[in-house]
Amino acid sequence: MFCFPRALPRIPYLQNNGQNFPLKYLLVKPILFKKCIAMAATVESLAPVCSQLPPPMREYLIHFAQVHETFRKPELESLAELFNIEYKILRYTEKAPFALIALKSPEDAKTLISRSILAKAIYELWGTGTTYDELHTSVKSRTSHLWHLYKTCSFKFGFESFNGMRTEAVKKELIEGFSYVGFDGPIRMKNPDELFVVMEDYEATSILDPVRFAALKIDDAVETPARNPTHLDEPHQVYLARFLAKSSRAAIETYDLKKRNYIGTTSMDAELSLVTANMALVSPGKLAYDPFVGTGSFAVACAHFGAITFGSDIDGRMIRGTKPGKSLRSNFEQYKIMDRYGDMFVSDLTNSPLGRVAAAGRSERIFDAIICDPPYGVREGLKVLGSRDPSRPKVPTIIDGIAQHTRKDFVPPKRPYSFDKMLNDITNFASTHLAPNGRLCIWLPTADEDFNEFSIPTHRNLKLESVCVQNFNKWSRRLLTYTRYETDREEENGIATATTDSEILPDAVAAGEPHDPTKAKLARTADALNPFRRKYFEGFKTPPSEDS
Amino acid sequence: MKLLTANFLSCAVKACKSSPLSFPLHFRDAELASKSVPYNPLLLSNLLPRLDWPALVTSSKELGFTLPDTKPELPRLSTSTGGDDGDMNMSVDGGSGVGEEDEKTLKMLHKVLMETEVVEGKMVCGSCGFEYGIHQSVGNFLLPSHLV
Repeated sequence: MFCFPRALPRIPYLQNNGQNFPLKYLLVKPILFKKCIAMAATVESLAPVCSQLPPPMREYLIHFAQVHETFRKPELESLAELFNIEYKILRYTEKAPFALIALKSPEDAKTLISRSILAKAIYELWGTGTTYDELHTSVKSRTSHLWHLYKTCSFKFGFESFNGMRTEAVKKELIEGFSYVGFDGPIRMKNPDELFVVMEDYEATSILDPVRFAALKIDDAVETPARNPTHLDEPHQVYLARFLAKSSRAAIETYDLKKRNYIGTTSMDAELSLVTANMALVSPGKLAYDPFVGTGSFAVACAHFGAITFGSDIDGRMIRGTKPGKSLRSNFEQYKIMDRYGDMFVSDLTNSPLGRVAAAGRSERIFDAIICDPPYGVREGLKVLGSRDPSRPKVPTIIDGIAQHTRKDFVPPKRPYSFDKMLNDITNFASTHLAPNGRLCIWLPTADEDFNEFSIPTHRNLKLESVCVQNFNKWSRRLLTYTRYETDREEENGIATATTDSEILPDAVAAGEPHDPTKAKLARTADALNPFRRKYFEGFKTPPSEDS
Repeated sequence: MKLLTANFLSCAVKACKSSPLSFPLHFRDAELASKSVPYNPLLLSNLLPRLDWPALVTSSKELGFTLPDTKPELPRLSTSTGGDDGDMNMSVDGGSGVGEEDEKTLKMLHKVLMETEVVEGKMVCGSCGFEYGIHQSVGNFLLPSHLV
């Protein structure tokens, strides 16, 4: 981070469109400072780089974290939907952290970014170019009428390079190149009134793009694709931007699993749990539910964003915990979000107690968000309530005159369950229980080498919003986000939609195979029911949960 | 198990899903605990429209609370961070913007819905009579194989 040295000779007001500063401004600093903020927000506006923008729209720069790239845009779009903010993405690539977006006001910009986990901050764009010459031209033409607003505030110039490096001396020199803006206020390294950041993008792939490559102006001698793209000498895109607001990225630290009281082997990390809650449009006062709650990673994330959170799991030990003081509830206590703890209970999705008998003024559509990371069935195979033997008579087991299920230590029998049937059950459940425009977020595995092994589940009442992929070494998983239509839809012709969950057939309905009870054969081994599990043991060596 | 949650649950047995007797489940041998939970009027005002009031009155009576026979009417609260259309922009900080009568109702709802918990006990289906256990505040809705 660098500043103008105080002694630096400046070009006094030459670029200032004749708006020289009256002496009185310099004498009444505190008043000016307030004015400076207010004016910047309302009166003056930036000249657009992109000429097609309708009048109130202005350009902002979002600085993303260069992680989980396929999640970044869907998260942003979800937040715009949540806050009802009009936007237009002007420049975005998954390969770089800098994106340009058009928004109506700095307030919209701050609101939009306030809850983002994958963005770091939002800035007002002051200029951009493929070279520093272009950048300076851009900054002068767009912002010279604004410079007087920042004349006396304390300020700081920061420097961000992506995929490239500058020595401290060069950074200093490049920052000094902006001295024409003529800021006279004190330079503060800590808590400056205004923060300006020079951003450089040395996007590695630019070397493969002829237009961008030309912009790099690399000598013919070194013009070869073999040249190490991470060591380009010059950035292909540079920006100057004024800091507006930070995102919620700091919440990742707060909810770090390493510092969490109670976790399990399958706990989803804080970052992706929070992103998922954003995708599900969780917000204060809404109701969220996780049918595979486990140790409550999503529950905690949803509660963080203000929702009353419910969860269930087929394994009650996960919810209660096995050691004193270590339970799902203890996490809510740790984070002081008990006012948003709905309830946790033990149940199985195929025989859920959720729902109430239809009656006037009573709706089953009670949840705004259903979020889950269902078991992939790798370790034990998927299980659901019921006997392994379908021919077993439906009568209580009585030993010594006692119905076994009434004993305190009774463990209900479970049978293998097909992965595809589970997806079907989840989408049906969501269709029944999601409020109008409520969202369903499901995490599902998918193998890299045959992406089509698991088709994306469809349901006539659910609209697919986004598919985000997280890649691991040998496998990948994805987050699917759906919106529940306000009203029920007719089944579309030719599209195999979810079957009813009224009857549990011996499940051997493979993915894509039409649901035909006469064809369904009795498959009762975990592998036959779960293609992911089979693939896992054929080739994957790392258990999925430990990669997460 | 909170009264709030009981308002969303019916018997897990499929055959009971169509019987009006399966909702709400009836508390039996309930050991209650009152846990202090931060008061959050916004959450309560959002919850209210989703509650089945007659069922809540029934469940409350079983646990010894008396609620009014008709669902109280409350203005819908919202905050700027809610993103919930913001049709009524009422501040909820310190209860300003909420009338005294509403405040009383909200406090009552807070106590019944959020602070009261059944720690140990049973929930019984009025249709089939199946008993679901509640242990350490966690309800168990798993069914034996002859019921699935």
